[in-house]
Amino acid sequence: MLRIGSGAGFAGDRIDPAISLIENAQLDYLVLEGLAERTIALSQKQKQKDANKGYNEYLEDRVRPLLPSLLKNKVKLITNMGAANPIAAAKTILQMARDLNLTCKVAAVSGDDVLNDLNFHQFETEDGENLMTFEPIVSANAYLGIEAILPALEADVDVIITGRVADPSLFLAPLIHHFQWNQDDFDLMGQGTLIGHLLECAGQVTGGYFADPGLKEVNNLADLGFPFAIVAEDGKAIITKLPNSGGVVNTQTVKEQLLYEVHDPSQYYTPDCIANFSTAQMEEIKPNEVLVWGATGKRKPDRLKVSIGYHAGYLGEGMISYAGSTAVNRAKLAEWVINERLRANVPQLRTDLIGLTALHHTTYTHTTPYEVTVRAAALCKEEQTAKMIGHEVEALYTNGPAGGGGARKKTEEVIGIVSTFIDRSAITIHTEIME
Amino acid sequence: MATVKLLHIAHSRTGDKGDTLNFSLIPYNEKDYASIAEQVTSEKVKDHLQAIIKGEVIRYDLPNLHAFNFVCTKALLGGVTTSIAWDAHGKSISSALLEMEINI
Repeated sequence: MLRIGSGAGFAGDRIDPAISLIENAQLDYLVLEGLAERTIALSQKQKQKDANKGYNEYLEDRVRPLLPSLLKNKVKLITNMGAANPIAAAKTILQMARDLNLTCKVAAVSGDDVLNDLNFHQFETEDGENLMTFEPIVSANAYLGIEAILPALEADVDVIITGRVADPSLFLAPLIHHFQWNQDDFDLMGQGTLIGHLLECAGQVTGGYFADPGLKEVNNLADLGFPFAIVAEDGKAIITKLPNSGGVVNTQTVKEQLLYEVHDPSQYYTPDCIANFSTAQMEEIKPNEVLVWGATGKRKPDRLKVSIGYHAGYLGEGMISYAGSTAVNRAKLAEWVINERLRANVPQLRTDLIGLTALHHTTYTHTTPYEVTVRAAALCKEEQTAKMIGHEVEALYTNGPAGGGGARKKTEEVIGIVSTFIDRSAITIHTEIME
Repeated sequence: MATVKLLHIAHSRTGDKGDTLNFSLIPYNEKDYASIAEQVTSEKVKDHLQAIIKGEVIRYDLPNLHAFNFVCTKALLGGVTTSIAWDAHGKSISSALLEMEINI
């Protein structure tokens, strides 16, 4: 049996559930997923400014409290928090260990960064558009698979830190290493990929993002436990959480996560295989223990997906709120004023009435809200134009309908993401072991 | 025969990739799988969510797991990373789906 825990489902995730897992779940491995599509582009920009930066901004905050427990309990850490600079991240972890009077061995895995290798003129996005349309490009990272992590596992290190690696591969690699699974057994690769996919969003399989009081009850959501899998050599896995933690693991939570961000469930593409989740089966064998088996798979894709970050402009946004029986009428008047004021300079302006139709652009029930927030937003080429939106909304304090409150504004740079594909043969993986 | 909102017989979670959304639809009770299969078709979902989804709706059936997966294109005002929608990820859209009515 191999026990793998999931200690973070996104860069800003909670830290304490991972500590509980390390101390109480008898783990062999802990995986921290913390690299959203856009994060790597922002990290790449930081690295260009400072060669010692460009790793996940929360790396120190997250790893420092975990490191003593990880080493004491002999739990190996695998994380993609190296972002655009895994080598600098590894050095930072070694320095943290020295500060704590600990010794550890860290592997930094790179090779995903293809920004200088891609000839953008020749590449098309997955939707068939020329990549040149998306300049200025700030990052280009290939989704690496298990082959990026296996050499580091063979080197028997305490911490493996990578850049862009497909999320399920972070979990599949230790399974292959431990059980010496044949990488051409694509049914096993598919089942291992499913285990990784179920764990990669951490709390989303243990009752997080699930509760709906009266319909879907979750015990003690404020103390949500994170998941771990107990995996057998044949790939059958129990998905569970610590007994004293909040949350729930049942076939409902596991099914929701199985289909999360999946398109055709019989063809889930990863660098390691094309997994088939539609053959999977599951059974709740005990409270908070779901046995999952039967996912299958076929060949590895010839090409790897590359995520490309580009500067897409500036988001300008402003909001102001109205209350009372006539709130909707005043909000609609405010919306009209904002559109009149900005029509010439920001023709692409979008306005929403939060509390009424902002989320679904319509309503499915008919009630009059007591409070409404007017929100105006646009993606602008120039930062100055984006700023005008917040200014105009704020000006409604003294120039708009009666009783507007809580005005706020922001302007931020937007990094857009498009995808393309690259031949596997164009990728060279580097594993640097540091002590 | 009674008309109920889907939220009383099934649950759902939304995911996003670019300008494409997917949402699961999972009956609480396996016996409702057939009614959903018959009534909650791709066409009906596209019609119900016409204010949100500007592209196609494809339904994938998972009889093994008694679950459905709907994939919808052109659903996020241009895609998560550059969308200026209030819910740029479309994460709340599962709640719109569950407002749909079904006869059971």
